[in-house]
Amino acid sequence: METSKAIKLKVNGKQLELLAAPNSTLLEILRNNGHVEVKCGCEKGDCGACAVILDGEAVDSCLTLAWIADGSEVQTVKGIGTEATPHPLQTAFIEEGSVQCGYCIPGIIVAAKVLLDENPDPTDSDIRVALSGNLCRCTGYTRIFSAIHKAAQVMREGAQKNG
Amino acid sequence: MVETVPTATNSPNVQLHQVGKPLIRTDAPNKAYGNTLYAGDLTMPGMLYAKVFRADRPSALIVKVDTARARALEGVRCVLTAWDLPDRLVVTDIPGQTGGKTKNTAQPILAKERVRFFNEPIALIAADSEEIAASARDLIEVEYAPFPGVFDRAEALTAGAPLVDGDANVVAAYKIRKGDTERGFEEADLVIENSFRTQVQEQAFLEPEAGLAWMDDKNVLNIKVSTQVVEHFRAIADALGIPHNRVHIEAMYVGGGFGGKEGLTIEMMLALLAYNTRKPVRLILTREESFVNHGNRHPFTLHYRSGVKKDGRITAMEVRLIADSGAYSKLSPYVLLYATVGAPGPYKVDNLKVDSVVAATNNLSTCAFRGFGTMQACVAYEGQMDEIAKSLGLTPLEVRQKNFIHTGDRNATGQKIESAVWSEQCAIQALEALGERAKGNDVVKIGRGLACYQQSYGRIRWFKDSSEAWVGIEVDGTVIVRCAVTDIGAGQSSSLAQIAAEVLGVPMEKVVTYFGDCTLNPLAGTSSASRALYMTGNATKMAATKVRDNLLEWAGRHFQVPPDDLQLVEFRVTAISDPARSMPIDELARRCAADGVHRHHLAMFKAPTSEGLDPETGQGEVFPDFTYGAHACEVAVDTETGEVTVLKSVGAHDVGQSLNPQSVAGQIEGSALMGQGFALCEEIIQRNGVLVTPSFSEYLIPTSEDVPETKAIILESRSGLGPFGSKGMGEPAFAPVAASIANAVADAIGVRIFELPITSEKVINALARKASGQVKMH
Repeated sequence: METSKAIKLKVNGKQLELLAAPNSTLLEILRNNGHVEVKCGCEKGDCGACAVILDGEAVDSCLTLAWIADGSEVQTVKGIGTEATPHPLQTAFIEEGSVQCGYCIPGIIVAAKVLLDENPDPTDSDIRVALSGNLCRCTGYTRIFSAIHKAAQVMREGAQKNG
Repeated sequence: MVETVPTATNSPNVQLHQVGKPLIRTDAPNKAYGNTLYAGDLTMPGMLYAKVFRADRPSALIVKVDTARARALEGVRCVLTAWDLPDRLVVTDIPGQTGGKTKNTAQPILAKERVRFFNEPIALIAADSEEIAASARDLIEVEYAPFPGVFDRAEALTAGAPLVDGDANVVAAYKIRKGDTERGFEEADLVIENSFRTQVQEQAFLEPEAGLAWMDDKNVLNIKVSTQVVEHFRAIADALGIPHNRVHIEAMYVGGGFGGKEGLTIEMMLALLAYNTRKPVRLILTREESFVNHGNRHPFTLHYRSGVKKDGRITAMEVRLIADSGAYSKLSPYVLLYATVGAPGPYKVDNLKVDSVVAATNNLSTCAFRGFGTMQACVAYEGQMDEIAKSLGLTPLEVRQKNFIHTGDRNATGQKIESAVWSEQCAIQALEALGERAKGNDVVKIGRGLACYQQSYGRIRWFKDSSEAWVGIEVDGTVIVRCAVTDIGAGQSSSLAQIAAEVLGVPMEKVVTYFGDCTLNPLAGTSSASRALYMTGNATKMAATKVRDNLLEWAGRHFQVPPDDLQLVEFRVTAISDPARSMPIDELARRCAADGVHRHHLAMFKAPTSEGLDPETGQGEVFPDFTYGAHACEVAVDTETGEVTVLKSVGAHDVGQSLNPQSVAGQIEGSALMGQGFALCEEIIQRNGVLVTPSFSEYLIPTSEDVPETKAIILESRSGLGPFGSKGMGEPAFAPVAASIANAVADAIGVRIFELPITSEKVINALARKASGQVKMH
């Protein structure tokens, strides 16, 4: 097998150099380097638990080869917000009771963040489509939809205030 | 879209300050920030990586397992086969129980002479890296000899069928004989007879099985794992031949269970590798392995014959059930018992005959899955109710109203129902909530379906179930709950915090629940059987109440008032008769500590027990109590494509008392979609025992695009056996969903599909049968 090489990744704002084999996925190198907030659910792009934002787009990190991501910027759920600086999506998910087992949530918040970045006032149908690659088995999605609507509203109001 | 309607209670007997409020669950924030660690996220220095070698066929003799090349590979630390194990059997009779076993559920940890199901584990590998472990797995060679298998449950029960294990393929059988069915059928004006079939469903929790095990400096085997049951430590210790006190299982927050993590999943594999290598070992299953690793939902054949009077009253019912256990019995005897007892549903059937059997086959194992046999029966008995209604020209609600069981009535096994039975209110509210009927056209037909149910909560009485919990208050007024309950995502640990907060009058954020640890926490039993809140909630409430009593006794002396004149709310103790006599709870705790007052307590809650059923009549007390409710839905069926779209889905349930309405609604909404998957699209398909739907690419669960308008209606009778009068809710919410959808499809197209899932193909075929007049019209 071809030897590993160091690739450059900016993860949640921090520049990293990570060793990656040619067949390593972005999911593997993120998790092997401490980013276990990126979850592994199927390793074939069916479930969306491993979704991250790669240069502004939501991707399944299990389907993305690490070498292809060389030089890119990655954002995980932890880069979207933290307890000290929560993203409105995280606050809304917590308040709306959108979280049950929580395993799908890092991927779903990633997908929702990309949606709201592109579309600050999504319809129900926009949300459904944006989350169609993210499986959740616990919640039936209803509280996830309502949390996204709520976060979008909070963000629109915030934007208005700042504008 | 999300709407929760708490309905007035019939006995507002307590003033609740924290219970019944949609408080933020204690586990939610860290899950939303990505901070929560699941079992597969853990690492340790020097950790080895495990892989499992599995059989590539469902039935065969094993002539030889050659691991020499795998063992010789550099970086491989351990390869285990059945020949390396001291005792190759593991007994997992009743997970989480201390009582004696009642069924023979022993099964090999690793296959030895024979393979009995597709992908049965044969060897375990631990190596320095994931890649090396995978390479070693590829180097293992097995020589098989053909051995006939049996893959159909009915065929397995015929004479001469290949035997899966032992001397018969009957894993368990039950009968109920109540009243006089012969006379009941004679009295009937109409007899309706139908056969229903349900399929194998996969739990499809998002987190595949994962864990990490190591031997520590006390020679204790530690296992951190994704499980619903920490009490498996006993089975593991017994299989390893070490004392029970040297196996320490800690359940992490679990990424979904639904019954799939109730049996042993990978704990035994981890234990064997860590014990043999004396190194930390991690095992994470792939999705494909997960599908074959845990038992799925039992497929059932359900034959119902119902006699009814013209007014809709049932005079007799005869039921025959056949289920498939796969190769090993696991929890099959109990799943079958649930289906048998649940066979007539929430209806009073005085003349009842049930015969049930679960057969061993060489299919994939089946075990516990939300609903546990009862929900399969619901598909059939609720299908029967609608067929009866249609034949008699009654509405679905009317025929049910004629037959609902009521408080004080005796159910299928003669057990008197003591708690509230609000089936009727739930059904009416669920139907009303559907609102205005959608408009169909020549192609798209609209239909509505109702289903009611009776689902037990709490375990079988002769398991003699108990739960313990410890509650203590620190001198800064913070509260600790210690309880080995597992938290599988329904808010199990948060609910205990809420209960302790309610009793001790502190805000919920002042409570920490230490959960899921079989050694450091009091044992609490499983998170299964809709029992977690009922059992561990009662134990926590008892422990917290004793702490409260101790604090108030001191405060009564201090304030010179009787203790029952004192209340603990909003972090203060206050005399009701003289609010000036008051102090903050941290001061109270500190002064109690200084005076040597006991500020903690260990309590045990015991469920009601019985000694089992009469084997000839099936009469006796099986469960502690039951939850009742209804699900209603509206569907659109495209008669050209056969596609079924669920438009509205409403669950209305009497939950006794909702601890956290947000969490209860979450159970109802989640059930609505999981039940929809069972009704319409989910099916584990096996061809001669070989799985042909091994991942989410082939096994389709509902996605965000399939979500109907969903509504949760919560009724509160406060009549349950759980804390504050609550009833179990994890399974009940799910029980009636698929049945209501099947009924709605029948309503839409005028012909019933008796076999789930209701795929487009079946709809088209059913319409074709109807058009050609092959369908018996009433």
